[in-house]
Amino acid sequence: MFLKEYIKEVFGAVKSLATGMRRTGYYFTHHKEIITQQYPDNRDTLQLPERFRGEVVMIHDENNEHACTGCTACELACPNATIKIVTKFDVDEETGKKKKAIDTFVYHLELCTFCNLCIEACPTGAIKMDQTFEHSVFDRSKLTKKLNHDGSKIRAGVE
Amino acid sequence: MYRETEILQEAVAGDLIINVGPQHPSTHGVLHLVITLNGETIKKVEPHLGYIHRSIEKMCESLTFRQFIYVTSKMDYLSSHINNHGCSLCVEKGLQIEVPERAQVIRVLMDELTRLASHQLWWGALGMDVGALTPFFHAFRERELINDIFEETCGTRLTMNYMVPGGVMADLHPNFQRRVHEFIKQFKQKFDEYDELLTDNIIFKNRMQGVGVLSAADAVSYGCTGPVARASGVSSDIRKLYPYEIYNKLQFDEVIETAGDCYSRYMVRMKEMRQSLSIIEQLIDQIPEGEYQAKTKAVLKLPKGEYYSRVETARGEFGVYIVSEGGTTPYRIKFRSPGFSNLSALDHMARGGKIGDLVAIMGSLDLVIPDIDR
Repeated sequence: MFLKEYIKEVFGAVKSLATGMRRTGYYFTHHKEIITQQYPDNRDTLQLPERFRGEVVMIHDENNEHACTGCTACELACPNATIKIVTKFDVDEETGKKKKAIDTFVYHLELCTFCNLCIEACPTGAIKMDQTFEHSVFDRSKLTKKLNHDGSKIRAGVE
Repeated sequence: MYRETEILQEAVAGDLIINVGPQHPSTHGVLHLVITLNGETIKKVEPHLGYIHRSIEKMCESLTFRQFIYVTSKMDYLSSHINNHGCSLCVEKGLQIEVPERAQVIRVLMDELTRLASHQLWWGALGMDVGALTPFFHAFRERELINDIFEETCGTRLTMNYMVPGGVMADLHPNFQRRVHEFIKQFKQKFDEYDELLTDNIIFKNRMQGVGVLSAADAVSYGCTGPVARASGVSSDIRKLYPYEIYNKLQFDEVIETAGDCYSRYMVRMKEMRQSLSIIEQLIDQIPEGEYQAKTKAVLKLPKGEYYSRVETARGEFGVYIVSEGGTTPYRIKFRSPGFSNLSALDHMARGGKIGDLVAIMGSLDLVIPDIDR
């Protein structure tokens, strides 16, 4: 009886190994079922989803105008102090009244954890997440960015 | 450093003390084990923690009730959706927010997809631990599909921060249902390959069966939860015992094995994958229409008091305990992470066994070190 069980065990063992090796051999001979993508060779065809959180950018239209009022809601919503808004006072040409506007929208990419809370907090939809993901630079100071373009101003009608 | 500690004093002449980690591939992170050996037999295993301690609980005290949730996805990064879910539940309990039904279904769907992704990674890593490299690539093939689904709806692949107090951050992507159907179809076909490669493999069976036995009484006394406790015959599924969201309306079984060894822990997780898949199948065609987020105030202020909520992550019970003084930030936060209690049973399981089995036991515990070390 002992011999019978012993042979049974050996036979089962060989069978289980052969089953696994057959599966391995299947993929060895079926190259088309391998799904590995070769980065960066596929860079031109790489499609990232529209909601992908790459980095925060400010939306500018063709007139170089944005929708940021400088309310600092995003600055308060950020858990890591990634955003710092420097404001100034613009004088309205027609009425002569002073109006709050942004001077610099500072964004520290090196501190950002891409939690999307600033985008959720923005009441005017002035900022969004971009699809870029290759963020490596040679100098750390290049990660601190100014999001509003030079000479840009707030779009008329945005309060 | 350990010359002064009691471990060395306890050891008698002829004992060997080995440090495994903190930089060791089989510990899956910066876990440091000090092992006392007599020949090849393990006399004692002592885990040393603190290498990836980020004081998350203290950090949360300076963050608002909206902000602290994102930090928890960095604890157990393989079940980040479920961690965020637990925190959202606790804040909602304090504010008495009614979550819309659509949001509840989305949350449960995301939880179960996370559980599948986590178990797939564990399956691949366990195979690698015991010497089989092939399973790793098979597991990552299917996990990649889940990550793509997350990326499309939530924007990120690992640390999502998708669940917010009152619901979820954004509505489901229009492609979500089609993608999940594709995933279910592929996963059902390929899941049999998992069994062919590892479950029935004789080498794997011999490495796992009868190794690292944990009795039901010990599992309770060490506070083990999740698949580790269920493999010892202890019913510990929070989804069944304390149902949250819509889990009490769903049809699924709590998987329980009784042997308590590494192989039954393996079998519990393999069967749990099928249960998760059946939950997803029940829900995916019946997502109700409606709001995905309840209306909440811009600044959340929890009333004075103490709040506790628990969820079932891929590793066990995850508890969130918030003490609020009525302000915008929590006064104190405590997280009950499943990995910490499961790790404490390691010494009991490994004692008396061989050093070669230690890696198999650690692999079957499914440890995530940032979850243990917070």
